[in-house]
Amino acid sequence: MHSKSFGDQVFSIFVYVFLILLGFSTFYPFWNGLVVSLNEGMDTALGGITFWPRKWSLENYYVVFRDTRILNAFSISVMRTVVGTILSVLCTAIFAYGMTKKELIGRKYYMLMCIVTMYFGGGLIPTFLVVRGLGLMNSFWVFIIPGLISVWNMIIFRTFFLGLPDGLEESAKIDGCGNWSTFFRIIMPLSGPVIATLGLFTAVAHWNEWFLPSIYITNEKLLPIQSMLQQILSTNIMTEQMSKLDSAAQSRMSAMKSVTTKSLSMATMMVATLPIIAVYPFVQKYFVKGVLVGSLKE
Amino acid sequence: MAQLATITKVENVKKKRGVAYRMAKQWDIQLMVLPALLLIFVFAYIPMYGVLMAFQDYSIFNGFWASPWVGFKHFSMFFHSPEFWPIIRNTIIISLLKFCIGFPAPIVLALILNEVRHMVFKRIIQTVSYLPHFLSWVIVAGFTMSILSTDNGSLNILLQKLHLIKEPIGFLGQAEYFWGIIVSTSVWKEIGFGSIVYLAAIAGVNPSLYEAAAMDGAGRIKQIFMITIPSILPVVAIFMILAIGNLLSAGFEDILLLGSNPVLRDVANVIDTYVYRVGITNQRFSYATAVGLFKAVISVGLLTFANMFARRSGNSLW
Repeated sequence: MHSKSFGDQVFSIFVYVFLILLGFSTFYPFWNGLVVSLNEGMDTALGGITFWPRKWSLENYYVVFRDTRILNAFSISVMRTVVGTILSVLCTAIFAYGMTKKELIGRKYYMLMCIVTMYFGGGLIPTFLVVRGLGLMNSFWVFIIPGLISVWNMIIFRTFFLGLPDGLEESAKIDGCGNWSTFFRIIMPLSGPVIATLGLFTAVAHWNEWFLPSIYITNEKLLPIQSMLQQILSTNIMTEQMSKLDSAAQSRMSAMKSVTTKSLSMATMMVATLPIIAVYPFVQKYFVKGVLVGSLKE
Repeated sequence: MAQLATITKVENVKKKRGVAYRMAKQWDIQLMVLPALLLIFVFAYIPMYGVLMAFQDYSIFNGFWASPWVGFKHFSMFFHSPEFWPIIRNTIIISLLKFCIGFPAPIVLALILNEVRHMVFKRIIQTVSYLPHFLSWVIVAGFTMSILSTDNGSLNILLQKLHLIKEPIGFLGQAEYFWGIIVSTSVWKEIGFGSIVYLAAIAGVNPSLYEAAAMDGAGRIKQIFMITIPSILPVVAIFMILAIGNLLSAGFEDILLLGSNPVLRDVANVIDTYVYRVGITNQRFSYATAVGLFKAVISVGLLTFANMFARRSGNSLW
């Protein structure tokens, strides 16, 4: 038995080269963004900033953190993420626990009602009209209420609860616990991992959402950071197009300050990405499990 | 006999009254589910019913109940609009490109990752490649714009250093690059995360199969094709059915963000962005709902078709 043929060795080299290229192309945009955000704006405009800042500067971040619009958008995002995640996970878990009860009258119909929504939906416009009809436009609750119950998460929770030993609930009942106190005293404390997994996914989705706020919110004070960033980036495209027409005006504009629109939007992007990067190591522990639980149900 | 009849009757009455009575008696668990079901009803079922306004001339003043019914007017308007064929073409081309490249890419990555023996290296590559999935499209679009920018974007710098081009190319302002950019960014974002399920499937393959193949003299490449791929085929089939059901979803957020430049209108207009533009921006609610319904009907058709196909090979979804 030969240990390693020539073909296998070539293949090995290919594997490593491919993965290094992939890793590099995934990592580089983050790194370049960070470098640009830490480089002096005027200097960046001269070009050639790739792997390392030429003129270190925190000025971009000073400007971002002094911008009350961005700070306000950031705090809206934090608030919706915290409130939305806690409420959504709690309500979905309560719902799922109720659905595990065999004696629940109408359980079959309730389940059918949930499953239908996984395959069919009303689409953008009818949903928009319902949300508007309920007076949720320009309200903080539009971030929380429509997405409060996730059928998908309910099914994952339910599967988990059904896997818990029956004896636990029976002994709680003997000790005089009702269904609600069993849920809070016995079931929730045992559901740490599944709460963490679903909570982290819900939180990431809350933090990242930009499209629905952009149609439901017209009051700038309620815009979350991602929607704010989208507006900043699209005005950047416009100024870039304008600069082609009138480069003199553009250079006059940027000559006034050392911070350019590019360096500023990069710094804002970094601020909007940072929370994700910060929780990522914790998420990673759970999401692989979460993905597998989700796909097993399919 | 009469007595027996009375007893049955009494039991019937008891049972009839029983549902509400028994539900009230188990109010504590009903209270766990009914509020949630109410939310599902409001935010999923009312919009589903609202789809009927595709057959109306909906106006805000009349509301849903008083708006006149117009049958298939909006559908035929869409079919006869000059934008119909470009939209269908863009939707099909973009989604087919995404399907042909974006669907196999995570499988290939999983197969390649599985060949890495160096565990630390494997872990690093996995960690890095999963990350983009957790970023919003706004951030990804921002990175894409920055890398592809004519104003010292890294790709233009690289191509100029390699003397492949003299002048920077405005990748995001030229129609011919758009589809390539959309497909590559979506692959970039999802390739790592998509590979997780396939890696798990590969991990479940019985190792003795590989040993047997090695005994028979199969090299590593041959083992991939003879053992790994056939073993994960059922998982691949399930995900393929789901992907086919989504074939008309060419992507929405990415196209909306990266294709906003008016120069790109001819290549960047797809069904979903069209629904958004006519529905939200121009407030033509009935027309936009009709376009959305058209897409939903075809998607359900595709899903059913794909599942029928898969059932024959024994891998059906339902």
